[in-house]
Amino acid sequence: MERLVKLRIDGQEVEVPEGTTVLEAAEAAGIEIPHLCHHPELSPVALCRLCLVEVDGRLLTSCNTPVRAGMEVRTATERVKRLRRLVLELILSDHPLDCLTCERNGSCELQRYAYEFGIEENRFVGPDHARRELPPREDNPFIRYEPGKCILCARCIRVCDEVQDRHVLDFAFRGFSTQVVTFLERPLTETDCELCGQCVAVCPTGALTEKERRFKGREWELERVETVCPFCGCGCRITLHLKGGRIVKVSGGYRGFRLCVKGRFGLTFVHREDRLKVPLIREGDGFREASWDEALGYVAERLLEIKEKYGPDAIAGLASAKCTNEENYLFQKLIRAAIGTNNVDHCARLCHAPTVAGLVAAFGSGAMTNSIDEILDADCILVTGSNTTEAHPIVAQEIRRAVRRGGTLIVVDPRRIELAELAHFHLRQRPGTDVAWINGFCHLILEEGLWDEEFVRERCENFEEFARAVERYTPEYVEEITGIPAALLREAARAFGRAQRGMIFYSMGLTQHTSGTDNVLAIANLALLTGNVGRRSTGVNPLRGQNNVQGACDLAALPNVLPGYQKLSDREVRGKFEAAWGVKLPEKPGLTVVEMFQAALAGEVRGMLIMGENPMVSDPDISHVAEALEKLEFLAVIDIFPNETTRFADVILPAASFAEKDGTFTSTERRVQRLRRALDPPGEARPDWEILCELSTRLGYPMSYRHPGEIMDEIASLTPIYGGISYRRLEGEGLQWPCPSPDHPGTPFLHKDRFPRGKGRFHAVEFREPAELPDAEYPLILTTGRVLWHFHSRTMTGRVEGLHELVPEAYVEINPADAGGLGIRDGERVRVSSRRGSIELVAKVTERVPQGTVFIPFHFGDQAANVLTNPALDPVSKIPEYKACAVRVEPIER
Amino acid sequence: MTDQKLKLLARYPRERTRLLSLLHELQRANPNNYLTGEDLRLVADYLNLPLSEVHDAATFYSLFSLKPRGKHVIRLCKSPPCHLAGAWSLLAALERELGITVGETTPDGLFTLETTSCLGVCGVAPAMMIDEEVYGRLTPDRLREILASYRGEA
Repeated sequence: MERLVKLRIDGQEVEVPEGTTVLEAAEAAGIEIPHLCHHPELSPVALCRLCLVEVDGRLLTSCNTPVRAGMEVRTATERVKRLRRLVLELILSDHPLDCLTCERNGSCELQRYAYEFGIEENRFVGPDHARRELPPREDNPFIRYEPGKCILCARCIRVCDEVQDRHVLDFAFRGFSTQVVTFLERPLTETDCELCGQCVAVCPTGALTEKERRFKGREWELERVETVCPFCGCGCRITLHLKGGRIVKVSGGYRGFRLCVKGRFGLTFVHREDRLKVPLIREGDGFREASWDEALGYVAERLLEIKEKYGPDAIAGLASAKCTNEENYLFQKLIRAAIGTNNVDHCARLCHAPTVAGLVAAFGSGAMTNSIDEILDADCILVTGSNTTEAHPIVAQEIRRAVRRGGTLIVVDPRRIELAELAHFHLRQRPGTDVAWINGFCHLILEEGLWDEEFVRERCENFEEFARAVERYTPEYVEEITGIPAALLREAARAFGRAQRGMIFYSMGLTQHTSGTDNVLAIANLALLTGNVGRRSTGVNPLRGQNNVQGACDLAALPNVLPGYQKLSDREVRGKFEAAWGVKLPEKPGLTVVEMFQAALAGEVRGMLIMGENPMVSDPDISHVAEALEKLEFLAVIDIFPNETTRFADVILPAASFAEKDGTFTSTERRVQRLRRALDPPGEARPDWEILCELSTRLGYPMSYRHPGEIMDEIASLTPIYGGISYRRLEGEGLQWPCPSPDHPGTPFLHKDRFPRGKGRFHAVEFREPAELPDAEYPLILTTGRVLWHFHSRTMTGRVEGLHELVPEAYVEINPADAGGLGIRDGERVRVSSRRGSIELVAKVTERVPQGTVFIPFHFGDQAANVLTNPALDPVSKIPEYKACAVRVEPIER
Repeated sequence: MTDQKLKLLARYPRERTRLLSLLHELQRANPNNYLTGEDLRLVADYLNLPLSEVHDAATFYSLFSLKPRGKHVIRLCKSPPCHLAGAWSLLAALERELGITVGETTPDGLFTLETTSCLGVCGVAPAMMIDEEVYGRLTPDRLREILASYRGEA
């Protein structure tokens, strides 16, 4: 229990927790103290001296003075005011007064205080304006730095160090020449900078601004719309600042100011000229423009024709993890009710299908158990198969912060990812051997008595079978399989076993294997065994890759469940939906993504409807996908840009982007948040939900909603976990499901007193080799993944100039030992081949990958890593094995 | 080269408080009296400090240089006692004699000319330092003699 301290501020009695600063105490009491260097999320440095107050006659900087009992603080005496004015005059003596054209005019904190203090002229003139005369710097894609406008408050330095953990910036030189620079004044792009732009977000003046916004609108002219970032699953709430129908800048983010490079600088794609603007119908080798009426009529006609001729199961639909909850709900409703098949799936099949399968079996619910804001309090964090820094930047920020606070970090990843550099233990397993090391952890934790006996006894079942199964996974045996040194495994397992609050994070590195479901089950075992479920700052936390992949799953864009993971096989559940939707629902589970393409090749699926997905980059063994799409009798695609998949379409329907429609997204932490319309869609493009309604109606199953809010009401009425969610309740922070009733506050962490399935279930899982192992012909293991600067198939980020420039093409990371043996030099073009195809790209010779393993980022359509990957499936969840296949790398003849 | 530098560093404990000592060591070991980017990197690695922080220290202190300097660094005192004792005319003499201005290095790479705050030997003002050696009671003639002795040794 924190102690409270009583003090008086300007005669007012204030009571605050011990350790609060005078400035914070004053703010809590509604008394404002001017300040420039202070920022609530950063450590106090007392550099600007503006927050001076009088305490018992002495002058103190309130931002770094902790409260004392009985303190008598006066914040606005004549003496204080005179000195604050002096401080401001001194700062202004070295500041250009070009407010006329400064981008921060109207939101500049220095300008605000100069105005409030009425400083019209300055008594001081600096002898030397070395910094002021420096030219602005724009030697990176996104951030403009004007050293002259810097007031040396060190907010940027601190945010870069304390929040982003990069410490790329610091002061340099001295006196009037003092500047904030990078190491050797290099451009940001030549440092560890992640271009997150948090320095811009916290800068009090115009020293750091967004390059893109320059001369596009002054602060007071900008309209603000609160919405949600469309990239990864972190679910950052952002504010779009708009003028004249254009996004001028982006603010907001986690804790109000934290975003990554994509969220802050990567949204300009919505304005690209090559957006799809009118419906297109194939004509010969090309497309012709059509009216909505004609295009929708044609889609309906062709789909009905196929249904008539071959039955409803000859049609399949791919929904989208980029579209809203409401749209995914309508999509699966259309496929199920209007077409009459369960052939609906989406790219979650390719990412977290094993999570849904595995965690449902172990816990009864397949989502991230805990929340992002709990990370800071975890004392041990295990990250495996997640390059968090690049794929979930905000989660990575929190992990780094937890480590700075003394938390232990264990990274299990073949690659030396950024978090590995920070980790206390980095275990580099051979790709595809995860069950072995996880069982090894469990083995050691049991052996050393570090397990939570009480938790296992009270809340779990099937322990004995599991314990028997892990018996033979001794460190030595695990080393043999995985290559992780036995001693290192022992130490890391001990560290996790001893943790009070152990938090596990994983992602595709664990799931995208033929053993994906087993991997997840093994991880769930580890959490159950150590009692790290059902409490704050613990849990099994699968990081969801897309802004709304959680929601698309929740709303049943899946072939085997109805919204809210309600069982399709359950007669009562089906009855409820049949009553509400007024149709008889098909009982047979539908096809999954990869199965759909196999069925298309076999002539069983004849027509497809794809909404906002690009399987021609994202699916394994692309050559096969192309054949399948080619073979379809009819393909309709709804998207915002032409892409690799629309090329195969018979009809392309232009959709509204995230900024042009209303709806909700559900983030990785199960947080349902409001997406708000900020712009008009370009041309005749329309929100997907409207398109779906029109199409469904033409398919003979009328749908009509005035607003997505009405769709959410329908969802809530049928989906218990969303039962208490309505647009009215989603202002602000949103709600975390389960939220079963209108008065339920939402659920930050799951499984508190019981698991949805009753007891947590242990599963005995055994190590199995990946489907394809290296051999003489294909001697290396390929693994794939993301880079920070791009998102998925680059439909969006490839159209943001700055992001494109940063990483314009694919590359293959190869260990120096492997490269040496093959005579490959860094930067050279090479050919990478697997049994399924080959691509040409640049070699990056680096120790980031271990010997025997190569890595290719999967974003690039023309050098698609998925030409190489293996479509072998996990038998349970049907996820393909993206993360391990055998390849050969060879230099291209010079 | 790098190995030699690492050996120099290894004589110190890996503590943040040793930052300046380490920078001095590496600067002294450099025939051109300056710190290279690589030096800063080595120190940052050794002490596990951010590069930007090492750069901050190296640019704040005027005794460090990030640009190559002459074999010998002349630091003429410009504090008030020396100033009153005629340091300004000595500066002119030095500049004439060396053919460079403050902050520059002679083309033969022998001398870099700098000014400094008080050397603490006001009793023998005007004074200067060449490398670690202090010279007082300077006159233009004595200056020439001193410079000649350095030139002779080269």
